[in-house]
Amino acid sequence: MNVIADSGTMLRRNFRHTMRNPMALFNGIVMPVFLMFLMVYVFGDAFSVGVDYADYATPGLMLTTICYGIGATAIAVNSDMTTGFINRLRVMDVSRAAVLNAHVIVTMLRSLVAIAFVTGVAFLMGFRPSASFAEWLGVIGIVVLTVFAIGWLTVAFGLAAKTPESAGLAAVPLMLLPFLSSAFVPAGKMGPGARQFAEYQPFTPIIETLRGLLTGTPSAGSAITAVAWCAGLALVGYLWARASFKKRA
Amino acid sequence: MNGSAIAASGLRKAYKDKVVLDGIDLDVEAGTIFALLGPNGAGKTTTVNVLTTLLTPDAGRVVVAGHDVVTETKAVRAAIGVTGQFAAVDDLLTGEENLLMMADLLHLPKAEGRRIADRLLDRFDLAEAAGKPAASYSGGMRRKLDLAMTLVGEPQIIFLDEPTTGLDPRSRRTMWEIIRELVASGTTVFLTTQYLEEADELADRIAVLDQGRLVAEGTADELKRRVPGSHVRLRFTGRHELDAAARILPGSTRDDEELTLRVPGDGGVRSLRALLDRLDQHSIDVEELSVHTPDLDDVFLALTGNANKEVSAR
Repeated sequence: MNVIADSGTMLRRNFRHTMRNPMALFNGIVMPVFLMFLMVYVFGDAFSVGVDYADYATPGLMLTTICYGIGATAIAVNSDMTTGFINRLRVMDVSRAAVLNAHVIVTMLRSLVAIAFVTGVAFLMGFRPSASFAEWLGVIGIVVLTVFAIGWLTVAFGLAAKTPESAGLAAVPLMLLPFLSSAFVPAGKMGPGARQFAEYQPFTPIIETLRGLLTGTPSAGSAITAVAWCAGLALVGYLWARASFKKRA
Repeated sequence: MNGSAIAASGLRKAYKDKVVLDGIDLDVEAGTIFALLGPNGAGKTTTVNVLTTLLTPDAGRVVVAGHDVVTETKAVRAAIGVTGQFAAVDDLLTGEENLLMMADLLHLPKAEGRRIADRLLDRFDLAEAAGKPAASYSGGMRRKLDLAMTLVGEPQIIFLDEPTTGLDPRSRRTMWEIIRELVASGTTVFLTTQYLEEADELADRIAVLDQGRLVAEGTADELKRRVPGSHVRLRFTGRHELDAAARILPGSTRDDEELTLRVPGDGGVRSLRALLDRLDQHSIDVEELSVHTPDLDDVFLALTGNANKEVSAR
């Protein structure tokens, strides 16, 4: 059961990293909360989306929160690789699974804590979901699944990048994707090109699923698409991470 | 453990069409320090990576601590410790946390891990900085912590990839002391270096690696004797003796001002005796005699082919 013990050791280490890295905490929690404030309190009244803007934007901000938190993970994974830390672990026979799992799990925990914060702030700003208990469980399920998928993808980015700097940069497209989805305005209101992109990119069905669940009007169609995207991204991230690890470590 | 700690034969490794190791044979006796000397890009790190199971060789057989690195990876890993070229310490953890993490990964009981960590912190003079994050350590302290982390598992064989590159002279001396102590307690040390001085100071045997091949192997003295350029320097009391000696020793170069004669030769006992006999036969008095072997720098440059011209011009 060395894998479990080692994952625990690595997890403790990565957890300490997060607590001692102000940048990770800032990007992961403060930025999304600020973005929440900006979108809802400052810009919100200017957007007409047909419903209260706090209700509209919260699901999108949940996703944005995940994306803001991952830069730290990509950099951490890459540093482990480039400083020779992973080689040290390999010579000690620490399994690949323990090293990578710990990064994914810490990313997930960090994101979930941040999402709880962001959701709390949303309530303060007028977010009034009408989801039932079962629908809330659905929300949590979709969020966890999404963080899991993006976590593996980020670990793969971190492993594939040549330097910690470029690893941090690799996470940037993921930070921008929510803006080109239905997170803040409906895709239908976007210009041509952006609209098609928003409709077909993975974040839109995930956000629509969350939005449906939170407003008590779940849609099976978008839920299936969302789960399929998450499963697909997680698989791609996992396989890519595994291949990079094998090649480089 | 007696005999070979590390034995490699016919080791080859290529990345795509670039040959990095082109048939390496090594034999490191247990309880000794072996230095692999070579310029940047010679293949030193690749050699370490193969010997430490991080890379699979394309051809050849490597036995470390009695186990084959390809088929008995686990057994090899249990016996070795590796300190890489860059200090692989965790910057955000304190020195003490770094050591305790190693103990956890080795599945040592908590109390034992603590004891080992404390002992290593004391031994490496890091006790005072134990509670500070490694990011705040100086280069020398980081290297010491790095090595301490390797020692938590009490390995029989330690690989050190350029352990003193980038260190100031004092930290380098400290590191040398530590390495000597390790060997004194029975550990085998395999180190790579680009500093001749370091190999000369520490190693029982030295192998010179250049472009993926071993171009020489032996003790520091053996290597020095292998290059041309050794000579015997004779100093005389007067011009007369110098003239006489120059006449009977063709091929020597004289320095009239210093009253010295430089006689080429390998500096071995036999040729030295022959030289002295010859001077005796002709009753030439020598005031002073010294044997000059080239230093390892000469050897290195000559053997790695980077300075053939310079050497042959001498």
